[in-house]
Amino acid sequence: MDVNLRVRRYDPSGDHKPYFQDYRLTDQPDGVTVLDALIDVRENVDETLALRCSCRSSICGSCAMRINGQATLACKTKVSSVSQPGATVTVEPAGNMPVLKDLIVDFEIFWNKINDIGPWLKTEGPDPEREYIVDNDKMLNLIGTVSCIMCGACVSDCTVLAADPDFLGPAALAKAYRFVGDPRDAHKQDRLGEYVQDGGVWDCTHCFFCVEVCPKGVAPMDWILELRREAEAAGFTNHNGVRHSKVFAESVQEAGWLDEARLAMDSMGTLKEKLSLVPVGLRSFLHGKIPPTGPFHYKRPGAEHIKRIFEELEAKE
Amino acid sequence: MIFEHDVLVIGAGMAGLRSAIEAKRKGADVAILTKVYPVRSHTNAAQGGINAALGEGDSWESHAYDTVKGSDFLGDQDAIEILAQEAAGDIIELEHMGVIFNRDEEGRLGSRAFGGASHARTYFVADITGQALLHVGYEQILKYKIPCYNEFFATSLILEGGETKGCVALEMRTGEMHLVKAKAVIMCTGGVGRTFEPSTNALICTGDGMALAYRAGAPLMDMEMVQYHPTTLPSNGALLTEGARGEGAYLINSLGERFMQKYAPNMMELASRDVVSRSEQTEINEGRGINGCVLLDCRHLGKQVIKTKLSQIYDLARDFSGVDLVKEPVPIRPGMHYIMGGIKTDVNGRTLLPGLFAAGETACISLHGGNRLGANSLLELVVFGRRAGAAAAEHAAASQPSAAGAARLKEDDGALRELLDRGDTGEHAGPLRLELGRTMHENVGVYRTAEGLTRALGLVRELKDRYRRVSVQDKGRVFNTNLFATLELGNMLDVAETICRGSLMREESRGAQFRLDFPERNDETWLKHTLAWKDGDAARMETLPVTITRWQPAKRTY
Repeated sequence: MDVNLRVRRYDPSGDHKPYFQDYRLTDQPDGVTVLDALIDVRENVDETLALRCSCRSSICGSCAMRINGQATLACKTKVSSVSQPGATVTVEPAGNMPVLKDLIVDFEIFWNKINDIGPWLKTEGPDPEREYIVDNDKMLNLIGTVSCIMCGACVSDCTVLAADPDFLGPAALAKAYRFVGDPRDAHKQDRLGEYVQDGGVWDCTHCFFCVEVCPKGVAPMDWILELRREAEAAGFTNHNGVRHSKVFAESVQEAGWLDEARLAMDSMGTLKEKLSLVPVGLRSFLHGKIPPTGPFHYKRPGAEHIKRIFEELEAKE
Repeated sequence: MIFEHDVLVIGAGMAGLRSAIEAKRKGADVAILTKVYPVRSHTNAAQGGINAALGEGDSWESHAYDTVKGSDFLGDQDAIEILAQEAAGDIIELEHMGVIFNRDEEGRLGSRAFGGASHARTYFVADITGQALLHVGYEQILKYKIPCYNEFFATSLILEGGETKGCVALEMRTGEMHLVKAKAVIMCTGGVGRTFEPSTNALICTGDGMALAYRAGAPLMDMEMVQYHPTTLPSNGALLTEGARGEGAYLINSLGERFMQKYAPNMMELASRDVVSRSEQTEINEGRGINGCVLLDCRHLGKQVIKTKLSQIYDLARDFSGVDLVKEPVPIRPGMHYIMGGIKTDVNGRTLLPGLFAAGETACISLHGGNRLGANSLLELVVFGRRAGAAAAEHAAASQPSAAGAARLKEDDGALRELLDRGDTGEHAGPLRLELGRTMHENVGVYRTAEGLTRALGLVRELKDRYRRVSVQDKGRVFNTNLFATLELGNMLDVAETICRGSLMREESRGAQFRLDFPERNDETWLKHTLAWKDGDAARMETLPVTITRWQPAKRTY
């Protein structure tokens, strides 16, 4: 089959702006991956094309990049799975990290975030003579986060990181759960206390992008939500994030729909924070963003059914 | 720039990380220099597990003997005894560092069976054991705050008065050349897979450390011992873990027969890798294959086992062969996987060049002799990584800093400039590498002959000639991957020559080396290691006796 690639190129020593370059390869096998094609270009067509790659079997995490707009591993992506025969596949560097050259981005940001969560097992007291005795199910549960290969696909497409570079991000927080959920780790409480700070678990907006792009099925957002539950259970409840999720649920449970005004007010922990909402409220009003009911939130018809759903789910838990 | 440390570890796979941790614990100022970020290293690819005689009824002697027998009696038994004795302690230490090993019902470490082993002594993390270990190793590097020169490519070792004093390295991000001085260097750069095409190995496995050590004057040992793994995918050479057969998967031919019955009636699919790969190749050569493959059948293991214990290979078979392992067998074939040979070291990682140490696949102690048993390689990384780290720290404490290196830096920098300035000669790294890989696979693979080996050596020599004229199209300094690939090819060509010469010299069949013209093992003449020294432009070959402590060579059946 033919493969048409449109690759975003950038050379800091020569180009002032990134540009797209098209490559056409013929006689490629049906199962050809985007990485196979890029290597073919690099070895036989244009040696100047720069990318990182190594294992070719989705385990080293080197070749994360955006293919047709979405971050993934080039070695795992068959050309036929992302394009119709003969159509062009667009290849760009991963996002949220500065481009060094062509498809190579500066990964230091990524490693620094990993380092920030204190990523090593912290036991207490002398180690036992043999292994720690722990439940296999707890170990198997951790495989979900340990499967992360640190490719950075989630960081590339994280919508929070795009707006707030201080967010720890999906990969580092999934890694954080790996220690919080480890029965051998003796510093669960300190860790949770750190992970609920600004830039931590409560900054995730549940956009699901990290879940969608993760090539290893790690689903970082699920671990972030797990960390929130653990943090709440451990007593870290004095946080706007905790209040936000609580008020959100309460208002829907009571009235059958979200009371946005109350959500905003009650999420704030201090009077000062509450007052800071006044200008936001005024601006919203002027732009017609305040619901027609104003501050008077009424019960929707059928709200009792919503309440019943809540009760049934709570009974299940 | 000039950097200075007591101990410099080159390579950041598990051998490198473990040796750095130990050197640090012994008080040395240690740094790691690596051409890829540590967690990208090829230790990741080890799927199945790590061996130790920890279980009831098992003993280190049994583990050691299995290893000796697996090596076809070429392994040095003093080293193998250390490996087997120290295995348990090192695995427990890994557990304490944080590896989430699989447990049994009581919450203790649980094991699985592996090829060539008389007990189920392979400890594992699903089928991502290597990745799980490597990431924990990296965590420890962060914990100990060991500096890493990430994405630096070593171009030469620095020598002063016959002692190793650091290296010259190219910073990939800037294209600048640096001098990294050290009182001891530990080479942990992994294998040579890309010298063969196809290979299960990552694209970074280009024998860099072996080539650097060889050029600096350290000899390479048993380079002819190249392992073909029995279960690799034909499409891209990816490896399916031996753990699949450990869990009970079958190998079948086009007639539906479990053909291992004929070749290894006792151990069947779990005979040692050299035996299984040869059996498969024989089936294929005699017409009982399917498109150059035989089949790996996991169906009877059931969905639960496949999806929990073999999840990675389930994905690999689906992604790269379009096969659902729960429903159909997957075509597989023997593929180049590992090199038992490497830089000759003693049991403390010392090479024959003072101040230079080596550990992991790049070293040859020799533990694996003619054939490595599955799950002994991860073990080698931690046991001998630790020992090399300690010995290097001790060496560094007793040596003086060096003033040497400026000349070497200038020379390497000049050579790079010359290469970058060269106009297009029509010779390029990509096609040359492919020719090298195919030549090696065709002539230095599962079955070998003097004729094929001579042809391969001739071609390697010819490729070396053409390499002198090689040109790079990318003239930039920032992340010039074209330049790195060209430097790697130079390393592979040196290594390939020693593989061909070792194989030609060893006129017998032992372990992974099967000579159709010398089909028997010959203990009288060839219970020996081959040693390749660099001599001018060629390799000078010698032999060394094998160390035998308690197990005399015996006929090897499975």
